[in-house]
Amino acid sequence: MGIKETLPNNGNHSTGSEPATHVVTLVEAVNLALARAMEQDENVVVLGEDVGTNGGVFRATAGLKERFGCKRVMDTPLAEALIAGISVGMAAQGLKPVAEIQFMGFAYATFEHIISHAARLRNRTRGRLHCPMVLRTPYGGGIHAPEHHCESTEALFAHIPGLRVVVPSSPTRAYGLLLAAIEDPDPVIFLEPSRIYRMVKQEIRDDGIALPLDTCFTLKAGTDITLISWGACVHETLQAARELDKQGISAEVIDVATLNPIDYATILASVEKTGRCVIIQEAVSHCSVGSEIAAMLAEKGLFFLKAPVGRVNGLDIPMPYFQRENLYMPDVHEIIATAIKTMEYA
Amino acid sequence: MQFTTTPYTEHQLIEPGGNATGTLPGWMQDQDLLLKFYRTMNLIRVFDKRAIALQRTGQMGTYASCLGQEAIGTAIGCALKTEDVFVPYYRDQAAQFLRGVPLYQLLQYWGGTEWGNHFTGTAREDFPNCVPIATQITHAAGIATAFKIRGQKRAALVTCGDGATSRGDFYEPLNLAGVWQLPMVLVVNNNQWAISVPRALQTGAPTIAQKAMAAGIEGFQVDGNDVCALYEAIRYSLDKAHAGKGATLIEAMSYRLCDHTTADDATRYRSHEEVNAAWLKEPVKRLQTFLHQRGLWDEQKEQQLITDCQQKVEQAVKDFQSQPQQPVDDLFDYLFDTTPPHLIVQRERTKQKAARLAGGNHHGH
Repeated sequence: MGIKETLPNNGNHSTGSEPATHVVTLVEAVNLALARAMEQDENVVVLGEDVGTNGGVFRATAGLKERFGCKRVMDTPLAEALIAGISVGMAAQGLKPVAEIQFMGFAYATFEHIISHAARLRNRTRGRLHCPMVLRTPYGGGIHAPEHHCESTEALFAHIPGLRVVVPSSPTRAYGLLLAAIEDPDPVIFLEPSRIYRMVKQEIRDDGIALPLDTCFTLKAGTDITLISWGACVHETLQAARELDKQGISAEVIDVATLNPIDYATILASVEKTGRCVIIQEAVSHCSVGSEIAAMLAEKGLFFLKAPVGRVNGLDIPMPYFQRENLYMPDVHEIIATAIKTMEYA
Repeated sequence: MQFTTTPYTEHQLIEPGGNATGTLPGWMQDQDLLLKFYRTMNLIRVFDKRAIALQRTGQMGTYASCLGQEAIGTAIGCALKTEDVFVPYYRDQAAQFLRGVPLYQLLQYWGGTEWGNHFTGTAREDFPNCVPIATQITHAAGIATAFKIRGQKRAALVTCGDGATSRGDFYEPLNLAGVWQLPMVLVVNNNQWAISVPRALQTGAPTIAQKAMAAGIEGFQVDGNDVCALYEAIRYSLDKAHAGKGATLIEAMSYRLCDHTTADDATRYRSHEEVNAAWLKEPVKRLQTFLHQRGLWDEQKEQQLITDCQQKVEQAVKDFQSQPQQPVDDLFDYLFDTTPPHLIVQRERTKQKAARLAGGNHHGH
């Protein structure tokens, strides 16, 4: 079941010295989690293009090679299929590879290994081999980057049985969910919204405690309407919720966080309470994760819906080059407008 | 092991007529090993024929024969150390058998159950057959990377066909094996045909072995129908990998005497003359002649062996056919370590469907 937004500091953590506390951005939280995981488990290795000496083009792996050595932090040749494929082999041998693909637009070369092998190895061998790997990649638009550096194609991965798809939307969740992804014995696609890599800072206790996977996070409680989102859009969704509050509409905000398997229980419970729902995603709408959530609500939530499920999506076009990028990106205005329209149904 | 190779000459110890090509290496005095080669190749040939018959009579699914290529799998299976990991493609029945995969389990795979990949014993870390061509080479490079990271004296041996060498998943891990000096051996079964496309249409390079040069690793050709030459080459390459001296590409020159699979008809695209000529070089007869010449084999032993192989294969067929159908749960419970709620719902629904399909149609539909 979903959990309320709280810092993961309620564990009975009592290993001598108090864990350090850091005020960090999302990408720094990724770095903290990687370092913590590597320290806790010698099977964790990091690989990818420019992840070693350079510390990653976004600095997500900064300092890891110096700390853990080039055997555990590997600069690979420039070959994405290779990065994914050798991760499958390493994972089958009991290592926990955390592979970085520099941008999601380059992850398509990994599909054959991720879809046909990583996602199936446990099933194909009836549990004899399994594939505890993480494929991390920055994703999403709004960063004025070149073509293929702004994709939100999470549905391509979420469609695949056997793959977990996890998206953090804050430094706290980046830290806790990445630790969980690395601990998980199955393959996880970990999508890091690059637009919010450095947007906000949060205080994080570097205590190595993971957040739960397959669980929604309720970021704001409300009674009139449920706003569902993930990734960078969560921030516009929260802004919209605050605006709606001022207009007397109490919005509940849910961060889906794990896009496969989805925590439908939390979503259903919220929509049962509010009777109204808007799904906000940066991805194109056709065959998207938002489509799936809407379909589930039609199937299981019809009789407590007071209005059609609203959706705010990206457009069904390739992400425009950055001059017109803002026309593609869902914004606060659209979320509010859609929410109000949903509220107008009697 | 004295061994000089080039990417342009074919290493051979026994020529197609069964005669030694020169002074034979000392290890070939190991008669038990030579007889193991011969017995294994014969067993797999009998198995292969029976597997095709099972498919033709509707008792098994599509099957990829290894007819004419038994020497490659046999040499691999004999050369690998227990602690090495084997990453096969789909004509490695002999190697898988020698790694301890029972024949009935090979039939299970082609018979349509994932339990055919649930190996135990020596093969427990080996990969199952890989259907997407060449991708297994990248997995083997990952396995070899794990050995290297952990400082283990183990090697990953991976196979592919000649068609696979056109893919990125051939070049990318080969390149990595050179950069990272991986303990990996790649054996290309160059059986001259990728379904209907001949080797000449896969690459403009004179040999596949020479592709190793661009990756900065050693590569050479071996007569893929000469089990002794293959064994020597593979042992050499594995020893090198174990010693931390890097990867090797072996191009095993063979011929696919069979159709691509039971779903294929090779007469559509290649001539009888070509196939008949290839039969003159096939591996089993070659070793038989050699053993005869050395006084290690006779007609009586041959008859005994054929009877023995047939018995083993028939037992395997019986074991295959007497396996219980896998429970519905198995379709859902190996996707994740813990089965998530939506799959539990589908699992229960599928159990009802299974009951309905099993004949208990009590719902009147």
